[in-house]
Amino acid sequence: MSDYTVEVEGVSKKFRRGELHDSLRDLVPSLVRRALRHGPPPELAAREFWALHDVSFGVRRGEALGVVGGNGAGKSTLLKLLGGILRPTRGAVRVHGRLSALIEVSAGFHPDLTGRENVFLYGTILGMTRQEIRRRFDEIVAFSGLEEFIDTPVKRYSSGMFARLGFSVAAHVDPEVLLVDEVLSVGDVVFQRRCMERMQEVLRQGTAVLFVSHNLRAVTDLCGRALLLERGRLAADGEAVRVVQTYLGHALAGRRDVEGRDAYIVRLAVRGAGGEAASFRSGERAWVDIDVTARTACDRLSITLYAQDENWRGVFDTSTERLGQGTISLRPGEGFHCSVQLDLHLAPGTYQIGAALYRYDIQREYDRWFPAATLFVGADQDVRGIANLYPRVVAFESGTGPV
Amino acid sequence: MERALNRRQSIRRWRDLVVMLAWRDITIKYKQSVMGFLWAILMPSLVVGAGVAVQYGLGWYSGRQVDARNLAAVAVKSVPWAFFVASLRFATGSLIANATLVTKVYLPREVFPIAAVLSQFADFCVASAALAVVLALTGSGASLTLLWVPVLVAGLVALCLGLGMFLSAGALFFRDVKYLVDVVITFAVFFTPVFYPVEIFGRHAGTALLNPVAPFLVGLADVVVKHQAPSPAWTAYAMGVAAACCAGGFAVFRRLEPLFAERI
Repeated sequence: MSDYTVEVEGVSKKFRRGELHDSLRDLVPSLVRRALRHGPPPELAAREFWALHDVSFGVRRGEALGVVGGNGAGKSTLLKLLGGILRPTRGAVRVHGRLSALIEVSAGFHPDLTGRENVFLYGTILGMTRQEIRRRFDEIVAFSGLEEFIDTPVKRYSSGMFARLGFSVAAHVDPEVLLVDEVLSVGDVVFQRRCMERMQEVLRQGTAVLFVSHNLRAVTDLCGRALLLERGRLAADGEAVRVVQTYLGHALAGRRDVEGRDAYIVRLAVRGAGGEAASFRSGERAWVDIDVTARTACDRLSITLYAQDENWRGVFDTSTERLGQGTISLRPGEGFHCSVQLDLHLAPGTYQIGAALYRYDIQREYDRWFPAATLFVGADQDVRGIANLYPRVVAFESGTGPV
Repeated sequence: MERALNRRQSIRRWRDLVVMLAWRDITIKYKQSVMGFLWAILMPSLVVGAGVAVQYGLGWYSGRQVDARNLAAVAVKSVPWAFFVASLRFATGSLIANATLVTKVYLPREVFPIAAVLSQFADFCVASAALAVVLALTGSGASLTLLWVPVLVAGLVALCLGLGMFLSAGALFFRDVKYLVDVVITFAVFFTPVFYPVEIFGRHAGTALLNPVAPFLVGLADVVVKHQAPSPAWTAYAMGVAAACCAGGFAVFRRLEPLFAERI
């Protein structure tokens, strides 16, 4: 027995674009064509493409593996192959133990049935026996927080309630392998937090979790390791923070075009005390190195440095000129180096760093690079928001307030 | 040991799935309807009523006396016929109707057509119970030959399951199958001895009985109304066809299953 709970070896999956023949009328001509064709079928016929190509990896007990990638990169196909819903065109998928998938919670629900009835229905669909569900019913309902609505048909539920009940059932299946596909985006903040806690608990019990999400923060929070899929290929496999960084780098800044710019940013790198870094603790010190150069003579330039949070809200913005550094003048081909020291009093989260090369008096932007780097900020305290105000409780007692 | 336990667990899981899906279909069917489960009795009674009306019509037209036993036979045949029709229709569409489950969650997919047949079987049981009460009240009598009933019903269920597996998989790939089934079933009532005795075919009665549903229906009528054992040859034939359908249906279903999620 290998020490992997999930093994994926050289898996490829072929799909076809466009319509398949869906009625007998179309089938007959295609069968005739197939019969008349000589030689073996080609590797990829017209309109076919690899949704996944030669992907291999393993997941151990109690390991959380994040899967990131753009739309159509093959993430869902991968999960469906793992779940046994699709069969790989090539390669092998091996799953040791019970697998449960949290893919689109609503699939197993029937709107006319009550919450209670749906818990039983969805539970059996996800692989529990009725006896198990009966045993854990109260726990499931308590987790969802829908005690008072449990005998209401779910068609009367709000979409958030719907999803909460679905997740609650799925979270109590206790599988050896849990597949989670972008389902945490539903429900309110409190419920999302409860879901994350539940996943941590499941991990501690030795379940292997595969987590697909576009919420990169959730991926780096939950998973130690991550895979990056790009157009069906495994582009990276390693430490989650690094993989997410690679992904952001590829997805957002990969095709940076500086053609035709008079002056542009050559390099932007973030350093910590121990060299180049992406992961910081709240309050830690970081340095941003920026190199710029010019093709033609440029005067009165200043460098703007800014940061945005995961919702693309600006959290910080400054420029060398505003910091009293004066402006930069460049001759053709001349380079300029600037290093800015920052104290990251940020709340835990993911932040994107951008920079621009700007001339204020004529309001001309020579170059803008965003996001040029990604910072993952963690903290010892559970604080949320944008800034870390380092809270400390200095009084916590009863009996002094108004009655 | 662990493997045996896993096996038991997975069988129980499979059984629970079938039961829950069938229960879902039954519950949904009668939810938000005032009559609720009474529909399970009313629908077959309408079919029986239609059969009786046909009998009276034929009797009046040909000038022959309408035989009470004949009426009972029509009733006994139309209830299982209604079950056959409904379960075939329902099973054929079962995979398409559960498309989201087929493409999103892994389940042993054979549970869908099986649950479809099972949910119709529940209706059949309710209707049969009602029919049994009527027959008992009209003094149809009981005898040891009634022990044939479960055997014949089991055969009919097997036939439905086999055809259901085959047709549900077929309809998943080609929606045409659904419409073909509808058409065939609508006309099949004319070629199946439901509303009339098989003897009406005279010399060609054998041809009519080649239809594998017919020996079950005729057999049930023989057993319940005439209190005589069903024809051994035709019963064996129908049982054989049912078994072959079951084996073939399951085999085809298993073969095609890996393609379901992609082709639905």
